Amino acid sequence: MSTMTIVEALNRAIAEEMRRDETVFCLGEDISDANGGYGGAFAVTRGLHAEFGDERILNTPISEILIAGAAVGAAMSGTRPIADLQYGDFLFCMMDQMVNQAAKMCYMSGGRVKVPMVMRAPVGASTRGAQHAQSLEGFFTHVPGLKVICPATAYDAKGLLKSAIRDDNPVLVFEHKKLYGGKRVEDGALSTIGEVPDEDYTIPFGEAVVRREGKDITIVANLLMMYRSLEAAEKLEKEGISCEVIDPRTLVPFDYETVITSLKKTGRLMIVHEDNYNNGWGAQVAAYIAENEIYLLDAPISRIATYDVPIPFAPIMENFVVPSVDRIVEGARKLMKA
Amino acid sequence: MSTMPEHSKAVGMYESMYLIRKYEERIYYLFLEGTMPGSIHQSHGQEASAVGVLYDLSPSDYMASTHRPAGHDLAKGVSVESMMCEMFAKSNGCCHGKGGAMHTGDIDVGVIPANAIVGGNIPIAAGIGLSFKLQKKDNVVVSFFGDGASNEGAFHEGINGAAIWDLPVIFVCENNLYGASTSIKTTLKIENIADRAASYGIPGEVVDGNDVLAVNEAMTRAVDRARKGEGPTLLELKTYRIPGHSRSDACAYRDDAEEEAWFARDPIKLFRSKLLETGTATEEEIAKIEAAVDERIEASVELAMNSPDPRPEEALENVYWDGGVQA
Repeated sequence: MSTMTIVEALNRAIAEEMRRDETVFCLGEDISDANGGYGGAFAVTRGLHAEFGDERILNTPISEILIAGAAVGAAMSGTRPIADLQYGDFLFCMMDQMVNQAAKMCYMSGGRVKVPMVMRAPVGASTRGAQHAQSLEGFFTHVPGLKVICPATAYDAKGLLKSAIRDDNPVLVFEHKKLYGGKRVEDGALSTIGEVPDEDYTIPFGEAVVRREGKDITIVANLLMMYRSLEAAEKLEKEGISCEVIDPRTLVPFDYETVITSLKKTGRLMIVHEDNYNNGWGAQVAAYIAENEIYLLDAPISRIATYDVPIPFAPIMENFVVPSVDRIVEGARKLMKA
Repeated sequence: MSTMPEHSKAVGMYESMYLIRKYEERIYYLFLEGTMPGSIHQSHGQEASAVGVLYDLSPSDYMASTHRPAGHDLAKGVSVESMMCEMFAKSNGCCHGKGGAMHTGDIDVGVIPANAIVGGNIPIAAGIGLSFKLQKKDNVVVSFFGDGASNEGAFHEGINGAAIWDLPVIFVCENNLYGASTSIKTTLKIENIADRAASYGIPGEVVDGNDVLAVNEAMTRAVDRARKGEGPTLLELKTYRIPGHSRSDACAYRDDAEEEAWFARDPIKLFRSKLLETGTATEEEIAKIEAAVDERIEASVELAMNSPDPRPEEALENVYWDGGVQA
C-alpha cells in the first residue's frame, strides 16, 4: 500500500498498463516531458516519456479532431490509445469523432468492429473563465455507445482507469482539476491523497460507493461535489440531519441499485453535480427514480447543480454559480421540511 | 502512357469494375421499383478509381470509405452477396442490417464501416496508419473522400497528422466536380486539390481517375512510399459520377455538354476497348466474365429477397462490444 494523489494514481495506472500491454499508448497535446515539455497539462504523463519514448508518449499538434480520430482508428486496428485532452471543453472540437465515430462503429458494423479507446478530459470551474471550466458529463451520458466515468479518489482513479484501458469500448474519463493534487496548484483544490494498493487491481464499472452512511437524505454526488456533499453532511449532522453520500464513480453504466437501496432507508433524494442544471446527469437519475421507485420517496427530489450560465471568471461569481457547501446544506434543510 | 498489366490482373481489374457497374445499376432499378428501403449514393462512373486504387492491396491492408462506398467495398473484397443483403436490410447483411447503404464494410477484408460524415474517415485513417506503425506492420490504409471533404477541418488535421508521423496512409480524393449539387468552381479557389499536399510536405498527384491503369500506377508509387516508411501521399483522381448525388437527384446542375464529354470517357468502355485493342483479352473471354458477373448479381438479389429480416430486438444489441445492450 502506498499513499498518493490522483495525478500519481493516474500516472501509475497508465505506466503499469503500458508495461503490461505493449499495444497501449498515449497521445495528446504536450503530454511528453522530453525537452522541457509539460508531461500533460496537469502533469499526469510526467516521467513516462523516459521509459516509453516518443512513439508511445506521442505529442500531437493542437488538433483535437486528429487526436480523437487517430484514437478511433488506432483502436479499430489493434492498439489501445489513451488520449489526453488538456481541458474537457475541447471535446466540442472533436464532437463528430466522439459521437458519430467512436460511439457508433461497433453498432454500425453489426458488432464486428471494436473501439477500445480512452479519452481523458479534465473538468471543473477553476477561475479560467467560460471555455476552460465546464463539467460536461451530461452531453456524453446521452450518447449510446460511450462509457462515462468520473473517479474522485486516488484509489478509484487507478482502478477505474485501468478498467477503462482494458475495456473494449470507448471510455470517457472525467477528472476534476481541483482534485488532481499535482504540482500545478489550483485555488480551492482539495487534497485527495489516499491509499492505493501496490499490486495490480481494477474496479468494475457500474458500482457506486457509499462514502458516508446516513438515514435521512440520500445525496448522490460526483467529483468535487462529492467532497462538498461530505462537508455539508458533516455540518448537517450537527443539526440532526443525517445524510448518506453516494459517489456513483461511473455515470455510464450507472449503479441505480445502490441509490435505491439507500432510498429504502432515507426516503429523500438529493443529487449534486457541477454539470449545469438543465439536463445534467442528475436529471436522468431523478427521472429514473421518479419513474421506477417513486413510492420510496417521502419528498420531492432535489437537484443542486451549477446554474444555467456559462462559467464566469470572477471568483466571487464562479463560487456563486457552482454549488457550494452552503447551498447543499440549505437544500438539505429545505428537503427535510418538504 | 500506362502499361497493360499481365493477363490475369488485367481481366481481374475489368471484372471488378464491371461488377461495380452492374451492382450499382441493379441497385438503382431496385430502388426505382421501391423494393429497397433507405437511400442511395451511387458510385458508377468512378469504377476506375475504386479498382485502380484497391486491386493490389491485401485483406490486412485497411480501407475507409464514404457515404458512396459500394465501389470501394466491392473492389476491396466485401462480398456482393453480403452487400446486397445489407441493402435489403436483412440480418445476413454485412452489417446485420444495422449499417445500411452508407456504412457497409467487412473488417475481415480490411474494410471499416463506411463513413457518412464528410471527411470523417480522414483522421481515422491516420489513426489506423499510426497503429500499423506502432505494431511494426507493413500494411497501408486508404482513405477515400470527395472534393467536398477537402474543405473540412478533418482533412487538414488528419493529413497533417499522417504527414508529421510519416504514416502509411494513401489519401485518395475522388474529385467528381460536385459536392452534392454545388460545383467545385464555387467552393475551391485552386484548380487541383492535390496542390494542398504541398502544405503538408507530402507528394500530391493529379491522376486521370477514369483511366484504371493510370490510377493503379499512381497508387503503386504511393504504396511503395508508404510501405517504406516514407509517409502518406495525396492522390487526386479526376472523375465523374454517372448518377446524381443521391436517389432523388436528377443532376439539373450539370450541363449536357459536360455530361456528354465525361460519359464519352466512361472508364469501363475505355478499359474494355483497351483490353481488346492490345489483344490482352478476347471478346469471348470478356463476354464470359460479364455473363458470370450478371448471374452472380441476380443470384445475390434472389438471396437477399429470400433472407430473413432481423428481429426488431436485435436493435438493442451491439451498442457495446462486450454486453451488447445499452448499459
